[in-house]
Amino acid sequence: MCGIVGLFIKNPALEAELGALVAPMLSEMTERGPDSAGMAVYRDPNDKGCKVTVLAPKLDFDWASFEKSVKSHFSLKKFTVTQNHAVLSLGNALDEVEEWLGLNWSDLSVTSAGTNIEIFKGKGNPADFIEQFDIKNMTGTHALGHTRMATESAITTEHSHPFSTGQDLCLVHNGSLSNHNRLRETLKREGVKFKTDNDSEVAAGYLSWRLSEGDDLDEALNHAIEDLDGFYTFAIGTKDGFAVMRDPIGCKPAIMAETDDWAAMSSEYRAIATLPGAENARIWEPEPTQIYSWKRS
Amino acid sequence: MTAINLKESSVRDLNEKLQSGSSGDKFVVNNTVGKHALSVGLTSEVHVEINGHVGYYCAGMNQQANILINGNAGPGLAENMMSGEVRVTGNASQYAAATAHGGLLVIEGDASSRCGISMKGVDIVVGGNIGHMSAFMAQSGTLVVCGDTGDALGDSVYEAKIYVRGKVKSLGTDCIEKEMRDEHKQELQELLTQSNMNYKVEDFRRYGSARKLYNFDIDQVDEY
Repeated sequence: MCGIVGLFIKNPALEAELGALVAPMLSEMTERGPDSAGMAVYRDPNDKGCKVTVLAPKLDFDWASFEKSVKSHFSLKKFTVTQNHAVLSLGNALDEVEEWLGLNWSDLSVTSAGTNIEIFKGKGNPADFIEQFDIKNMTGTHALGHTRMATESAITTEHSHPFSTGQDLCLVHNGSLSNHNRLRETLKREGVKFKTDNDSEVAAGYLSWRLSEGDDLDEALNHAIEDLDGFYTFAIGTKDGFAVMRDPIGCKPAIMAETDDWAAMSSEYRAIATLPGAENARIWEPEPTQIYSWKRS
Repeated sequence: MTAINLKESSVRDLNEKLQSGSSGDKFVVNNTVGKHALSVGLTSEVHVEINGHVGYYCAGMNQQANILINGNAGPGLAENMMSGEVRVTGNASQYAAATAHGGLLVIEGDASSRCGISMKGVDIVVGGNIGHMSAFMAQSGTLVVCGDTGDALGDSVYEAKIYVRGKVKSLGTDCIEKEMRDEHKQELQELLTQSNMNYKVEDFRRYGSARKLYNFDIDQVDEY
């Protein structure tokens, strides 16, 4: 069992309150996933360069040296450290930055890359995560959150969701995949790199691979229905919005709701009930294998 | 009438109050905000009106009580109900009335997948559409669907009766269309009247077991 929440702001006036709206949703999903929590937030676009989130192996990481080192190679526009995460906005191309990070700071892992996305995650109770990362004060256009109850692999920050699946893309998963070991080997041969033995990371790697092969998101998800065996409700964050898809048997729960101000998805209605106007929202359950998506127009 | 506000009372307090009610007592429950296991395990003829959407397992194991939910219900509504009546004005999520032995469940909106799975005598009336794998291994009782059904309706059904007014997307293994005789029309009319569904009996078709799975068929031994 895991909990998923997603919130997409339709009324720009509410963008300042994104964190304040999504934090209670995530908190409400604690019983579905008390082991760890994570969130992808889309905000402060850096269209002329790139934005990456890096995760350090320990809390007392020497961020000052890292910042100095980055500044000596790149034009660093903004650098924000929260706990063991740092978000870097740079005036350089993403490929160049990622290559340099891999060569010079290999103990840091890149958890998100793009122009808008930032990903934060942490082991432990979702309430602590919300507090430590000051989720309530986050602004932005949309966010995806996850609370994890581990069934397939260890409980670590690296094993926590969301997983990056490409530029400004991320995946959160409720369910379990049964063919992830074999699929991971296949994907490794295709050049996909994995950081953990987590089954959801394989789903993320699979989507990254399909997208790199030229699929659009809908095509990649339709291929996933063919190649992934198991139970899943996926929520995929994109630069402009997010998409939701359930497995062919519809085994894992999902509920969606929409008002003039926002569109939301969650594993259970009680997370959506925390939103203003939820009681009068249009509410429905997504059909299996159908892709539901919201996009900024 | 007793009003219970779930912003002030816990779910356990609510259920204790409802379970200790006497026949004819009336309760109103407010501020449900999708909470789980509301109004479960009732054993007397109390009337419960729940205002708002409810989470998992509402009205589970109900006996005799009359429960009205003004909203949508999450997974496992009226699971293993024994008797009484449960009505939801909105939609119900997966496996409503699973394994239920008796009573009447009315879903005015749509029901999701696996509605009436392994039902054992309950009557279910769905005003709208119904999801895939509904009435899977249904043993007895009646499932009435006023809208359309999803895939694999009545897969491996035993002796439950299924009436559908709209389109059947596909029938499950060993489920077939059957003749609508007078006794079926009468039974269906009674259920439609009881559940306040204003549809003509003539518009429904009946489905049930072909009874081909009841006995082992030696010609299929190669399948194992």
